[in-house]
Amino acid sequence: MMSMKPRTKHILSIALAAAVIAMLLYLDSNKAQYSYSIAILERSAIYAVVAVSMNLLTGFTGLFSLGQAGFMAIGAYTVGILTIPVEARPNVYYINGIAEPLANVNLPFWAALILGGLMAALVGGLIGIPVLRLKSDYLAIATLGFSEIIRALIAAPQLDRITNGSYGLKSIPAFSSILQVFGIAALCILIMILVINSSYGRAFKAIREDETAAEAMGINLFKHKSMSFVISCFFTGISGGLLAVFMRSIDSKTFQVNLTYDILLIVVLGGLGSITGSVLASFLMTAGREWLRFFDVPLVIGGFSVPLFRNGFRMVIFSLILMAVVLYYRKGLMGNKEFSWDGILRFFYRIAGRLRRKTPGNGGEANA
Amino acid sequence: MPDNVLHLADVTMQFGGVVAVNNLSLEVNRGEIVALIGPNGAGKTTAFNVATGVYAPTNGRVSFNGETIVSNFPQGKMKKMYAGENRGKYTDVVRKTPDVITKLGIARTFQNIRLFKNLTVFENVLIAKHMNMKAGLFLSTCMINYKEEREMRRQSTELLEIVGLAELRSEISGSLPYGQQRRLEIARALATEPSLLLLDEPAAGMNPQETNDLTSFIYQLRDDFHLTIFMIEHHMNLVMEISDRIYVLDFGKLIAAGTPSEVQNNQRVIDAYLGVAEDGE
Amino acid sequence: MTLSVFLQHCLTGISLGGAYALIAIGYTMVYGILRLINFAHGDIFMMAGYFMIFAMVSFPWYVAIPLVLIATVLLGVFIERAAYKPLRNAPRMSIMISAIGVSYLLQNLATYLFTALPRGYPTIPILKKIFQIGPLSASLVTFITPVLTLALVYLLVFLINHSKVGMAMRAVSRDFETAQLMGIKINRVITITFAIGSLLAAVGSILYFTDRMAVFPFSGALPGLKCFVAAVLGGIGSIPGAMVGGFILGLGETALVALGYSTFSDAFTFVLLILMLLIRPTGLFGEKVTDKV
Repeated sequence: MMSMKPRTKHILSIALAAAVIAMLLYLDSNKAQYSYSIAILERSAIYAVVAVSMNLLTGFTGLFSLGQAGFMAIGAYTVGILTIPVEARPNVYYINGIAEPLANVNLPFWAALILGGLMAALVGGLIGIPVLRLKSDYLAIATLGFSEIIRALIAAPQLDRITNGSYGLKSIPAFSSILQVFGIAALCILIMILVINSSYGRAFKAIREDETAAEAMGINLFKHKSMSFVISCFFTGISGGLLAVFMRSIDSKTFQVNLTYDILLIVVLGGLGSITGSVLASFLMTAGREWLRFFDVPLVIGGFSVPLFRNGFRMVIFSLILMAVVLYYRKGLMGNKEFSWDGILRFFYRIAGRLRRKTPGNGGEANA
Repeated sequence: MPDNVLHLADVTMQFGGVVAVNNLSLEVNRGEIVALIGPNGAGKTTAFNVATGVYAPTNGRVSFNGETIVSNFPQGKMKKMYAGENRGKYTDVVRKTPDVITKLGIARTFQNIRLFKNLTVFENVLIAKHMNMKAGLFLSTCMINYKEEREMRRQSTELLEIVGLAELRSEISGSLPYGQQRRLEIARALATEPSLLLLDEPAAGMNPQETNDLTSFIYQLRDDFHLTIFMIEHHMNLVMEISDRIYVLDFGKLIAAGTPSEVQNNQRVIDAYLGVAEDGE
Repeated sequence: MTLSVFLQHCLTGISLGGAYALIAIGYTMVYGILRLINFAHGDIFMMAGYFMIFAMVSFPWYVAIPLVLIATVLLGVFIERAAYKPLRNAPRMSIMISAIGVSYLLQNLATYLFTALPRGYPTIPILKKIFQIGPLSASLVTFITPVLTLALVYLLVFLINHSKVGMAMRAVSRDFETAQLMGIKINRVITITFAIGSLLAAVGSILYFTDRMAVFPFSGALPGLKCFVAAVLGGIGSIPGAMVGGFILGLGETALVALGYSTFSDAFTFVLLILMLLIRPTGLFGEKVTDKV
């Protein structure tokens, strides 16, 4: 078994964190030049929060919820409605006007964000708790249906003066810098890691492993399941709020079921039960979406137009990747393990070992 | 008068038309080792499941240290279908859930080992310490309760040392050999700090050497942890050696009760159980 | 509201409910056997809609309908083979994720192949003929849906109670492993279950879309969810239950639309689900199952 000295590991971790911060600072000071990369990174960080919160529920507690898009919508609209500058509001609500009590309420970003999380947690509790008391099988369907309802309600003409109906919200103030997004995302993920590593996190894992045994160990199933569900909803709401600020204009179509499926793909790809896997997969998937954009553009090579390449092909590829991961690579990138320097070390040794075995046949070119 | 710990009174458990446990009454007194035996399918595990709150009985009452923990009478569809006795004797419904019953001090193991298979040996024991935790989610997340956490870890380590699994603490529990999994399950049950321990076939699948070790282990448990032990077991040597008293169940009905020698000489028991078992072996 | 208007709404509701019932049966049967919420079922129903559009381009309706039925059954069975069978021994969560993957794939595939724009559903002349009974007037499809649903449910229940395959199905849904030990060919039973479910979804799709007149890649998603709820309402695993659940949803939804609350007609379904889970978790016709410990 290969392993490093704890001190080496600490130094490496600090170096990695420093490198990330340095890179972010560099990007931030050259905003104009790197705006595209910054956008991708910000979106990745936001997806990482919701992916980890989904993993907390699905990978660590064994509960399957498909309401992410709906809970994100709650967080997003809460943040949007409360942070749009008062002077910009007549412009946003130019068709129907804004409801009186809301017209002059304006909260600072952080307060609105926390409130968005709390709203999502509250609604999540209302919808999830009756279902969790019974079979958790139905949680997926109840939350999926619920997230569609949220969307319908947001677009409903009856709520025009609050959500601006189908016109959506715009002029949401942007992030001050990429560091703000990464800071908030890192904080959220850190809190969730602490939850998972606490005694309550262990109880969640016990429920995932065997409900009957967990109950026989004195763990109140309903209480702990609700806890996990509400925490997950809270952070999903937060990430929705972040997404609203990131996109600056949102409407009900932003939060379609496809958003939930994207998150699910990230969680499955990263590995159910691995936080670092979810984070890694968020960056990989979000960047991958951009790289794979050429699938959506008709491709012509030397006057010959390659078939298949046209609008929508990229999403087909994505769904095929999800299927392939579920069917052939069920563990995802990380399985239920976490990133560790020892793991990296082992990984390189393994590759080196493989190369060495190949070397005689390859005529020694890999010796370099 | 002996100090009564567990008391099952007229417990009947009926699944649809099948009466799995029929009017079972038994007592377990403080400090005793009591065995529940009977042929396969006699309803022993069902009786355990009723006593620990997994199933609600169709009729009857279970009390622990004088407090009623489970009580029921035929209701709804069962009103018509009920095929047991003592209808109308019980009129109250008490349904404590398994976690509450564990908190009161009854711990159990399972016939088909139910460890948290993907977690380590140490985590398995540590999880059982969770229920006695005082800190809430917030304190626990912020690690403000680190003293309590450290104490939980210390107690778990100690427990692993007592059952002899200390070296295996970082192993994944599902990868342990069978005998050690059984031991770990007992350690996990002990971590809940019970006063009554229910063991469901602790010797199943063990070789004679392991069974012998188990005998001294059970004595050790009773004395070191001041436990009362109620167990289901098929190994007759073990049962006869270790038990203070034995209850015999056949087709859900109690057919005999008494000391090992009384039970051994009971004609009904020989007919229903031991005779058959001897033919089989 | 006059009596005739009321009856007219009832008729619409029953007709919608009939289509729901046919889809709900597919959910209830698959859940009964595999304990799987087949998220792709609604999308199979959507694909059947597209099949009909293309079949009607080159064939008359009496050829097109059987073709659509066959194609849908093949699709359903193929999905089971490709996406669920390899996961037979995997954790249930994996199969559920696979089902979502299939649903996602079918939706994206439909978007890619047929674009996201709604496509007009062909009119089957005979189904569109307007009938007049007393003050009520509706196209034939509205009258035929509940009748056809009842007939098919009757046939299916008869099949399950009196045929060998049906007996095997009941055995498998009781206890998967024991049934296997008793020599029942599990995979065959599952294939047949998916075939029946898809067939009914195809019939449901023809009846449903003839009334709606357009198909788009997401037109299976919400009806699919609703039909699962219908199956839960009736008691999952029970075929007559799924039918009753379908009719309740269809009537309830139509009633809300008629009363002017159409925004909430979708929400109604899920409120009903949660109420049902609170009051009677086993559904109207469901049996209580005790998990063995």
